[in-house]
Parts: sequence; structure tokens; C-alpha cells
Amino acid sequence: MTQANRRRALALTAMGSALLSLSLLAANIQAAELRVMCYQDGNECDVLTELSKRFESKNADIKIIIDKVPYKTVVEQLPVQLASGQGPDIARVTEIGGLSKYYLDIGPYLKDRDYWEKNFSNTLSWMRTRAGDKGIYGLLSQLTVTGPYVNKTLFEQANVPMPGPKATWDDWVAATRKVAKATQVDAAMAWDRSGHRFAGPAISYGAKIFNGSGELVVDDGYRAIVQKFVDWNKDGTMAREVWAGAGGSAYRDAFEDFKNGRIVMYLSGSWQIRRMNSQIGKNFDWVVVPNPCGPAACSGMPGGAALVALKGSKSPKEVARYLDFLAQEDNYAELIAKTENLPAHMGLVQKGVNYNSAPEIKAALAVFSADIPRLSPLAYRLQGYQYNRSLMFPTVTRVTQAIVGEMSVADAMTRLSSDMAESVRQARK
Amino acid sequence: MSFIASCFFNLFEPLFRLGQRWLGLSRIAWLFVAPNLIIFGLFTFLPIIINFHYAMTAGVQIMPSQRPFVGTENFALLFECRDHFDLATCNQDLFWKAISNTSKFTVLQVILMMFFSLLTALVLNRKIIGRSFWRGVFFYPVLLSPVVVALLWKWILQKHGLLNAGLLAAGLDSREWLTDSGWSFFWVIFVSIWAHMGFYTLILLAGLQAIPREVYDAAEMDAASPWRTLYRITLPLLMPNLIVVVVLALIRAIQIFDEVFVLTGGGPGSATTFIVQYIYQVGFAEQIHLYGLAAAASLVLAAGILVLTLIQLKLSRAGKHGSKNGSKQER
Repeated sequence: MTQANRRRALALTAMGSALLSLSLLAANIQAAELRVMCYQDGNECDVLTELSKRFESKNADIKIIIDKVPYKTVVEQLPVQLASGQGPDIARVTEIGGLSKYYLDIGPYLKDRDYWEKNFSNTLSWMRTRAGDKGIYGLLSQLTVTGPYVNKTLFEQANVPMPGPKATWDDWVAATRKVAKATQVDAAMAWDRSGHRFAGPAISYGAKIFNGSGELVVDDGYRAIVQKFVDWNKDGTMAREVWAGAGGSAYRDAFEDFKNGRIVMYLSGSWQIRRMNSQIGKNFDWVVVPNPCGPAACSGMPGGAALVALKGSKSPKEVARYLDFLAQEDNYAELIAKTENLPAHMGLVQKGVNYNSAPEIKAALAVFSADIPRLSPLAYRLQGYQYNRSLMFPTVTRVTQAIVGEMSVADAMTRLSSDMAESVRQARK
Repeated sequence: MSFIASCFFNLFEPLFRLGQRWLGLSRIAWLFVAPNLIIFGLFTFLPIIINFHYAMTAGVQIMPSQRPFVGTENFALLFECRDHFDLATCNQDLFWKAISNTSKFTVLQVILMMFFSLLTALVLNRKIIGRSFWRGVFFYPVLLSPVVVALLWKWILQKHGLLNAGLLAAGLDSREWLTDSGWSFFWVIFVSIWAHMGFYTLILLAGLQAIPREVYDAAEMDAASPWRTLYRITLPLLMPNLIVVVVLALIRAIQIFDEVFVLTGGGPGSATTFIVQYIYQVGFAEQIHLYGLAAAASLVLAAGILVLTLIQLKLSRAGKHGSKNGSKQER
């Protein structure tokens, strides 16, 4: 090799090395990619995409990919992915306590931890794994509250006055029965076939839910509401097919019955507002009323969907930055207003959200919002309890068996207690 | 076609020869069955082994390595009863209810399925007008997905469904077809027979058509009555097909899930909860997933099906011996 050739080879090698170094550097400063698994009841993922674009424009080093999936994927596939060490960086989940062992604590990466503690104090504990855990694992992107919808038109047609805000379940049963009789509709009431929906009235009737040592318990209060509910199903007050028409603990809502004017009152929750508005339209007037009272409280159940950070993420700092961006009051307010949901942000709850919605939606949201302070602390505790499903799911199965006459209420309660204990025992193994 | 095949084999012949030289003539066969064995092993045999592992472990963890070993605890939970003659006293009462429902369903459905399939096959084997059309009509439901079948019947049977609309139009009272325990069990059997009868009818029809015409001619010459012809000629000669139909119907009945799950969801209460649905519920539908209990229940189900399969093998062997002896005697 001549001297000139050797120099040329050396120069080429140097250029190649420089190019390689540059490309490696470029790869290093490439945007961190965060995947968000998102399901939507209405337009939640679309609004999140909008906000993410704004976040990306301010944070060029982070790219947000919203993977819109069906709700079933979040319920059935996400736990499997997480158990096998896979999964996204962030997910929108409703089984908030049940998946807590997979959550990433973003607390150490947050600029202002106190802001989170102050504004999300009621719901941060839902994501925590145990008592004394101070971690911050995500934000509740939507607070939901269970509560009743009433067919106002039927009340007007029957010329029956609607019970007031402090009316009991018994008052509502009496009133809706009169309306159902006068208007010849199928049934006075229906409750979603769900242990979560059932828990609100149970707490109102004095169910303590937890014993002295913090374990789930089926007590006299719980038994009282089960007995009432079974009786109401047997005497035709409740639309029987909603609970009796299914087996196991399968969820079933009564929206179709309400939408078609077959029931007078329907216990569901704030997430149904958009559906009510879009599907009922001008067919009849509907209103949301405060949760009826029992001897102990006038409580519904809180719930909601949370955007949680997941342990498997390779970019924990970026995850924290993104969630912190969403948690800021103006961004959070936009998310809540555009998705027509209730806020979990205490500052916003006090100030109120400026919803740009139809009047009936605004009215419904106002009633649900006003009901938030009336929720029993027990309801928050149950919602945040890791094994709350151990009470809710067997409740549906056993109460249904009592409704269809397969067993007495007393036997159903005995079975419920043992199912619950076994479920918690297995979950703790 | 043979040219393409020979080209294909020529292409691989050197490889086969090389393999044969390395492995020897007796072991080369393993190479050919290896792909199938690997797939079978991965997707059938391995899951069975894992299922045993799950049945012997507890907890809600998915990863087998994280699940604590509990031995036969899950089986003990399933079989634990205060009084074994009263299934309501069992720890897992829903498991036993599911077993009881499955047994009742299997007996009723298989007997009725056999009866109606045979009846339909006998009718369709006769020279009736539009025979091909009727064969198509009876076979058509078999082509439908079980979910479609269930949704179709749900639409008919629900409270505000077609059947009740018809009854009301006729001035009769509507009924709760799917929320009354007795009626829902009846409809589950009915829909299941409606959906699958065509398949069994086809098997029996093939059997009927294989019976030589001369045998019937001889019976006619001997002035045998139609009932005697059926009892002495048709049924004995149809026995191999009948055994196949019984076994297939039995196994399918025990494994019933999809149609019932969509039609009644196992309800009202647990009136139509069958064993496969119980396994699904315990393992996957409840939020606290008890995989161990579900795996143990599925092994109990597998044992039941194994017993039935062995009985079928014995019956079909006995049937073969019987027909051989019969033909020897005839000679």
C-alpha cells in the first residue's frame, strides 16, 4: 500500500468512526417513547391525545403513543402482560387497587410532591399497596359517583311528586311504585347488576364493611339491604331480569330498560351521563337525583379511572413528567371539561369545572358533584381497599341466588362470608 | 401434479439421504414427525402439565414460578362437604351445582338429541318431496356460530322478545322464559338440540344409506312390520353410527359453554351454570382469579371425560366383535 493510499484509508476510517459516533449520539438523544394503554367510555383517549400533543410540543425529548384499546383488554390482558413483566408505561385502569403491585412510584421524580398530596389526597391512597405507603403512583383521571337517574316524564304523567333530596330508599320505592302503576311500566326500579353499585345503599343501611381488624365483614346492615333488595325483586318493584336474568357475578346494566322507558328509576353512575344524553335525546326528560338515604347515610360509591405509572417502564422520569403535566390544574380541568367527567382534583372540586355541555348534562353533573361531599368515608375506604372485589363479586352471585329462590337470604349471607374469606385468603398467598 | 411432487422430493432427496446417513434408518422417522410433535407438545402437552402445576398451587399470581405449592388443597376444597349427600353443604357448592346441572343436562340432552336425530334421519331417508331442501334446513343451524345461535334465541326468548310478543298478540300472557329456572333449563336444552341436531342427523343418515336395500326387501317379503324392521334391522345395523353419535353428543354436552353463556349467562342464579362455565368464572371472570381452583376443577372434568372415552372405546370394540361374530354366524 502506498503512502497516499494509507492516508486515504485512515481518513475514511476516521470519517466512518465520526459518522458512527454521531449516529449513536443521535440515537441517545432520540425522544423517549411512552406508551399509554387507554380505553374510553366516551372521548377520554381522544382528549388525552390532544393534551399529549401539547405536552410533546413543550417536551421534544418525549413522544407519547396512545394505544386505544377496548375496556376488555385493560381488564383481561393488561394484568397478564404486567404479570409477565411486559405492558405499557402508563395505563388507564379501573381496577385501581387490584393492580397496585405493578405501579411505579413517581414521587421521587415530581417537582412539587405537595401539590399532588394536597389536590389528590382522597384518591392517592386507592393506588397504594398497604397502610403507611406514601408512594404516588398516578392520578385519577376521572372520578365517578354512583347515583340514581329518574324518568321525570313518567313522574309528571303519573302526577306523583318526586321525593326530596333527603328522601330514603323506602320513600323512593313507594313513589316509583305509584308511578309504575299509574303509567303501567314494567317495574319501578332497577339497579345495575354490580356489587359496586350495591355497596352505596349497603353503607346507607348501616353496613360497616370492615371489622375491627380491618377485614371485610358481612354484618347486620349489609344483611338488611340484601333482604330489602331481595324482597323488592320478588314483589316486582325491581326489574327482575336485570339481576335474575344472569348467572355468576357477570355485570349487567339496566340502561336499555331505562332508555326504553320501562323503569322509573335506575341506579347507575355518573359515567352514563353522555350515553343518557345521546341515546335518550328528546324521548323523555330524565334527571339525576341525590343518592337516597338509609338509616346510616345517604351514600353512593366513588370510583373512577386512573392513569397509573407502571413498574416495567424504562423511562420513569419521563412518565412522571407526563403525569405531572396532566395533573396540573388547567390541563386537568380541560381533560375533565371535555370528557364531561367529575374531577378528583380538590382545587377543581371547590372552584367548579366549566363544562361546555348541554344543559341536562350540566344539571346531572352538578347533582353528582354535589353528592361527592355526602359520600361516606367508608365508601372511599372500600373503593381503595385492595380486595374490595372479594366482597363485590360474590355479592352479585349470592344475592341473585336469593332472588331466584335457590337459597334463603340467611344462607346467601353465610355463603357470601365464606366466599369473601376464601377469595381474600387466596389473594394474599 | 405427480411431476410437481417428484420435483419437490428430488429437491429434498439429498437432505433426506444426509439425514438418513447421520441418524440411521430407524431414527429418520422421528425427524419427519418432529414438527407435529413439537406443535402438539407446545400447545397440548405443555398446557396439560402447566394445568397440573396450577392445580397444585394457590394464590392469584399468573407466573407458575411465583405460585405457592399447596399440594392437593384445591381438590380438597372442591370435595369438602359437611354432608356428602347434601351438595348444598359443600364448600364449593357452585361447583357441585354445576356438576349436577351438567349431569342433568347431559342425560336429557343426549337422550333427546339421539331421539330427534334418529327420527329426522329416518324421515329424511325416505323419499319425501324436497328431500335435499329439508336436509339443508336441518343442517343449516350447524353452520352457525354458537354465539349467533344464542343471540338469535335470546332475541326470541327475552322478556320483550319475539315469542312473548306473539303470545301477547294472541291474547295470552307473556312468560319469563329466561329468568325462570325451569324454563331457562328447558330452553338451554332445546336450543342446544336445535343447533347441533343437524350434525348427528347427517351421521345417522350416512349410516342409514349404507344399509343394503336387499335386507329391507327380504324383510318385506317376510311381511315384517315397520316397527320390527326398525327394531331388528335398522337399529342393529346402525349401531356403530349410534355409538359415535352418543359419544360425540356426550362429550359435547359435558363441555357445553358458549351457547349457554350467551343465552342465560348461567342464570337465573345458578340454574344453567355448567361445569365449564364454573371453571371460567372461578379462573377468569371474577376479579380475584383463582387459577388453582379452576385448574383443579378442569382436571376433575378431564377425568370425567376420560372415563366416558374409555367406555366409548370398550363399547365400540364390543360392537366390532359383536358384528364380526354376527357375520360369522350368518355364514
